[in-house]
Amino acid sequence: MLLEIKDLYVAIDGKNILKGLNLSINKGEVHAIMGPNGSGKSTLAKVLAGHPSYEVVKGEILYEGKDLLELDPDERAREGVFMAFQYPVEVPGVSNAQFLRLAYNEKMKHIGEEELDPLEFNDLLKEKAKIVGMEPEFFKRSVNEGFSGGEKKRNEILQMAVLDPKLALLDETDSGLDIDALRVVAEGVNTLKSQENGIVLVTHYQRLLNYIVPDFVHVLAGGKIVKEGGKELAIELEEKGYDWVRAAAQ
Amino acid sequence: MSMSAGKETVFNAAFEKSIAGSEQPGWLIEIRRKAFGSFVEAGLPTVRNEEWKYTNVSPISAASWQVLTAEDAGPVSGDFDLTKGIFEEIEGGNRIVFVGGIFREDLSRMPEGVSASQFSEAYDDEKFRSKFSTIVDTELNGFTALNTAFSGEGIFLRAGKDTKVDQAINLVFIGVVGSAGFPRVLYIGETGSEAEIVEHYLRAEESEYLTNAVVEISLADEARLSHTRVQRESHSAYHVVTSQAELGRGSVYDNTNIHLGSKLSRHDLGMGFNAEGGEGWIDGLYLVDDEQHTDTHSRIDHRIPNCVSHQTYKGILDGKSRAVFNGKVFVHEKARGTDAYQSNKNLLLSNDARVDTKPQLEIFNDDVKCAHGATVGQLEEEELFYLLSRGLPEDLARNLLTYGFAEEVIEKIKVPSIKKALDEAVLSRLHSRLDTAE
Repeated sequence: MLLEIKDLYVAIDGKNILKGLNLSINKGEVHAIMGPNGSGKSTLAKVLAGHPSYEVVKGEILYEGKDLLELDPDERAREGVFMAFQYPVEVPGVSNAQFLRLAYNEKMKHIGEEELDPLEFNDLLKEKAKIVGMEPEFFKRSVNEGFSGGEKKRNEILQMAVLDPKLALLDETDSGLDIDALRVVAEGVNTLKSQENGIVLVTHYQRLLNYIVPDFVHVLAGGKIVKEGGKELAIELEEKGYDWVRAAAQ
Repeated sequence: MSMSAGKETVFNAAFEKSIAGSEQPGWLIEIRRKAFGSFVEAGLPTVRNEEWKYTNVSPISAASWQVLTAEDAGPVSGDFDLTKGIFEEIEGGNRIVFVGGIFREDLSRMPEGVSASQFSEAYDDEKFRSKFSTIVDTELNGFTALNTAFSGEGIFLRAGKDTKVDQAINLVFIGVVGSAGFPRVLYIGETGSEAEIVEHYLRAEESEYLTNAVVEISLADEARLSHTRVQRESHSAYHVVTSQAELGRGSVYDNTNIHLGSKLSRHDLGMGFNAEGGEGWIDGLYLVDDEQHTDTHSRIDHRIPNCVSHQTYKGILDGKSRAVFNGKVFVHEKARGTDAYQSNKNLLLSNDARVDTKPQLEIFNDDVKCAHGATVGQLEEEELFYLLSRGLPEDLARNLLTYGFAEEVIEKIKVPSIKKALDEAVLSRLHSRLDTAE
């Protein structure tokens, strides 16, 4: 099993957000975590990535059978956990190519593979950029600086492509995207989907799931999963809204 | 009077010695005597002076400095090999060298394409006489007065009409242990001229000394000057420098100030416009650590319509360091069409560092475009987390963000040795990795 979350309680600033969440993910699966605003969807993604603001009060997270909570955020990343941010951060003065090569080589070093020099890496980057239709001019630009919302999201998927994670968490990747950009991002994710990785889509809307079809849909309300099903559950949610699951949760 | 009697005597004796038997013209002697009188009267500033509230120079006032003269300014003390250790970093083939405040012809290689002379060769030059000691106010404070009192010699640079000086002109100031140096420079850019000056303030060895320099700059119509100051003094040294530029019609002054060294540094800088259409960019970056103290006081006067001044100062503070920024921009009543911008942003890398920042914009005309602001903060947790989540170790992630913070100013620096010095100061680990990444 790739990821196993058992009875997870998480708080931020003393306020409980997740209250007894259970979730299991295998390699080769795409999971959608849906739910109304404030249900704890993004919290789940951030806790898995190791965001320092969130406190795990109780419970267990096993990643490839090991205790994920023992690892710092950067160690998790080098072990293959990746989160695409809802709001990617700008890093002025550091080019995309420099940044990605630093991250890539940190991972290679960690797993005992060969690090790439700039020329070698550039070849890799060109290949990966095709997945999200990014032009090489983006490589020279500072990370996310002056990027449009759609470019930032595409850049997140490019990072995912380069770092080749085992567990990819996409936090509201569809937010702020027009339909064309959404399609590009979704196709990118579909290309990267494999039998060797698990993908978690955190989303409020069903829209994204038209393009990236999930194997499982989990509905989060009040800090725990209140309903689970296949892709048809997402369509049902789109039609009925979240009120009925919220009611069911009480 | 803040000077003790003993100190006064030190400067008195040195001053009288430098005046005695001088072949300087009467007008210059008069300026110097008047300046010394004003120093004796005012003394060096104390924290009771509003402009020096956060910068205590009493250690400078209390020390017994030696003032070098051209006769006793020999090779730098110790076994430091000047030619290898320092000069190899200076690009462009030319260098105008001051040691302990005294111009050293033997160590210098004068630049080409620009008239560069000692003051003594320019006493009869009408241009020199008309500008010397008229741009920086001698009585601004005790330091400017003291510098002027000892300014019988110095370097006068003049870029001729419509000339483009190809090489950057390097001014190199090297401190000497125990001494107070009073280097002085006057630059005149004639109509349509274009030049670049780089001031390097360096140490020959880690020692205590005082650099008290004054740099005056006069740009005629349509003249352009790029003026970079890089302060890498000894961390035991005191650095008090005043620079002022006057801008003619349509002239452009691009000034970048980097402060890395010294125990205490204070830079008073000013800019004023003589005619419409002048543009000045005054940017700076200070990187301090341990117990270093750095202070920038700037004053930009818009008295003339339709001029531009942009000022971006960034500070990175670690350890128990302290920074002071005080930026005054005055837009006077007649200065319609002014475009003035000023910002000071500070990044604190330690809880013990401290910044006192006061951008001050005073506008007396409605038809202007002005903005100013200041921030003091730490690295954003969200930004740090972003880099960590990509697998970068924390020290590298912090370095990248620090570099990103300063990049706006660093990108202005074109001289490779200075870029390298900046990297070595705080970002060496980062850069040794990034250098190969292009």
